[in-house]
Amino acid sequence: MSAVSTTHTVRERDGGPAFALSDSWTMTRRELAHWGRQPVQVAVGVVFPVMILLMFGYLIGGGRNVGGDYIDYLVPGILALTMTFGLESTVIAVTQDLNKGVIDRFRSMPMANGAVLVGRSAADMLQSAVSLAVMIGVGYAIGWRAHTTAGGFLAAVGLLLLFRFAMLWIGIYLALVAGKPELVQAVQILVWPVGFLSNAIATPASMPAWLGTVVQWNPMSQTATAVRDLFGSVGGASGHVLSAVLWPVALFAVFFPLALRRFARLSH
Amino acid sequence: MADAIHVEGVRKRYRDKAALDGLDLRVEHGTVHALLGPNGAGKTTMVRVLTTLLRPDSGRAAVAGYDVVTRADRVRARIGLLGQHAALDEELGGRQNLEMFGRLYHLGARRARARADELLARFGLTDNGDKQVKRYSGGMRRRLDLAASLITEPEVLFLDEPTTGLDPRSRAEVWASVRSLVGGGTTVLLTTQYLEEADQLADQISVVDRGRVIADGTADELKARTGGDRIDVVLRDADRLAAAVALMPFAADDVTVDADRRSFSAPVTDRMSALTQVVRALESADIEAEDIAVRRPTLDEVFLRLTGRSEEVRAQDGSLAKEAV
Repeated sequence: MSAVSTTHTVRERDGGPAFALSDSWTMTRRELAHWGRQPVQVAVGVVFPVMILLMFGYLIGGGRNVGGDYIDYLVPGILALTMTFGLESTVIAVTQDLNKGVIDRFRSMPMANGAVLVGRSAADMLQSAVSLAVMIGVGYAIGWRAHTTAGGFLAAVGLLLLFRFAMLWIGIYLALVAGKPELVQAVQILVWPVGFLSNAIATPASMPAWLGTVVQWNPMSQTATAVRDLFGSVGGASGHVLSAVLWPVALFAVFFPLALRRFARLSH
Repeated sequence: MADAIHVEGVRKRYRDKAALDGLDLRVEHGTVHALLGPNGAGKTTMVRVLTTLLRPDSGRAAVAGYDVVTRADRVRARIGLLGQHAALDEELGGRQNLEMFGRLYHLGARRARARADELLARFGLTDNGDKQVKRYSGGMRRRLDLAASLITEPEVLFLDEPTTGLDPRSRAEVWASVRSLVGGGTTVLLTTQYLEEADQLADQISVVDRGRVIADGTADELKARTGGDRIDVVLRDADRLAAAVALMPFAADDVTVDADRRSFSAPVTDRMSALTQVVRALESADIEAEDIAVRRPTLDEVFLRLTGRSEEVRAQDGSLAKEAV
C-alpha cells in the first residue's frame, strides 16, 4: 500500500445549480453504464412493446371497426400505450435502487438532493426515445405511414415523450411510497387498466357509453388522439393538442415536488 | 478544539421500540472510538444518525463541529461511511464505482479518475478494477467499499461492523488499513461485537446496551472493571475438577465450573504468571490437563459483569437473570 499525500478537499455545496447539473449528469452516466453491462435487458425492454404492437395488429385487433385502416389507427395508440407502460419499468428500477446498499452511500455524500432521481429520469427518457424510434420503424415496416409535415411529426413525438415524462415522475413517486419490491406488483397490476381504459386499441364509440366516457377522460386518450391528429392518422381529431400538453404538465407539477420531498424524507 | 463527534441525549424510536434511548457520546479528534455492544443495542442506528441517513427524534448530534440535522451538507462533505452492507453499485466495475463517487464529491473528472487509480492500487484491486463488483469476493468488496469511503480523506470515518463476516486474512487487512488511516489524523468511530477488535483498534470504548452507553473508558480500564482476561482449563478426568479448583490461586467465588466439559474458568490479572501458577499447581497434584488457555473475556462475560445479565438471558425478554456459565 502506497501512502497518499495529496489532500482532497471537498467543495461545499455553494456551487448550487452547477453541482445539481453535474451530479444529475453523473447519475445519468451511471444508468447508461448499466445499459452497457446488461445489453440483453435493454433489448428486452425495446422488444416487448414491439410484440404488443404486432399482437394487436395481427392477432387480437384485426377486423375492428375504427373508421379506417386498423394498423393506421393502432400504431399511434400503441406508441402512447408504451409511454404509459414505461411507468412500470421506472417503478421497478427505483425500488430496486432504494433497496441496494449504494443508496446509503449516495445519501451520505454531499451531492445535490434528487440527483439520483433526475439521473433515473434522464436515462428513462433516453430509453423511451430509443424505444419510440424502433417502434416507428416497425410501424413503417407493417405499412403504417405518417401523413404529415416534419414539424407535425416532431410535435407528435414531443407529445408522446412529454406524456412519458409525466408517467416517469408518477412512477418515481409511487416507488418511493411503496418502497419494497413486494408492493411493486400492485403498481404493475394497476397500470394495465389505466393503459387499456383508453382509446389506444379501440374507439370509445365501440364501447358501452359509460366506459366510453371514462376512456375519453383518460389523459392517455388525449395524448393518443392529439398524436393521431398530428400524424394524420385514422382516429385523430383536432383540438386535443392543448389538453395533451396540459395534462402531463399538471401531473408533473404535482408529482415532481412530491417525489423530491419523499426522497428527502427517507431519513425519517 | 471541538470534539470530532458530540452526541447529547439522542433518542430514536422505531414503532414500539426505542433504538436509541438518550445516548451520549464524545469522540476526540484523531482518535479511534469503538461502540461495543450486542446485536440490537443501537450501534447501527447511532451510525446512521451521525452519517445523516436518519433523523433523531430528539437530542443533539454534531460531527466535525456541524449539526447532523441542520447542517447535513457540511457533515456529508467531511465524513466517510463503511456500512454493514456494501454500499457499492454491484453492476458497475470497481474503477467505475470509485470514479462515480469521486465526481459526486465534485473532484472533477480528471481528479476523480486519478483518485480511483490511486485507491485501486492502494487496496490491491488494480487488476480487478474493470470487473463487475458483483463478481468480487467478500474481502475484495469490503476493500473497495473502504476505498470508496476514503475518496476525500474524510475528517471522520464511520465503520459499522467493518469485519463482520470476513475471513481472518481480510479482517487483518481491514485492521491494518484502519491503523494506517489513524496515523494520518482521521477520527474513526467503529462499531463492533468483538471485544478483541475494540481492544486492537480503539483508544476509547463505549459499551452500548439498549440504546444507551452503559460504560466507557480505555480497553484496560474496561477490562479492569470487567475482571480482565480469563484462564480456561480443561481436565482429562472430570472427577478431579473439585481437587483442581481447590488448588487454584484464585478466590473460589471467581471460579466457574463446567462439569460437562470437564473445565473451569477464572479471571486473571497477570496472564503469564497465572498460566505458570496453574501449570505448577496441577503438576504438583498430578492432575492431567487436556488444554489450558488464557483469553480475553467474551462480550457475553463483559455484559454479565456490567449489567448483571448475560446476552443469552437478555434475549429472553423479561426472564430472570441467572448465571450463564
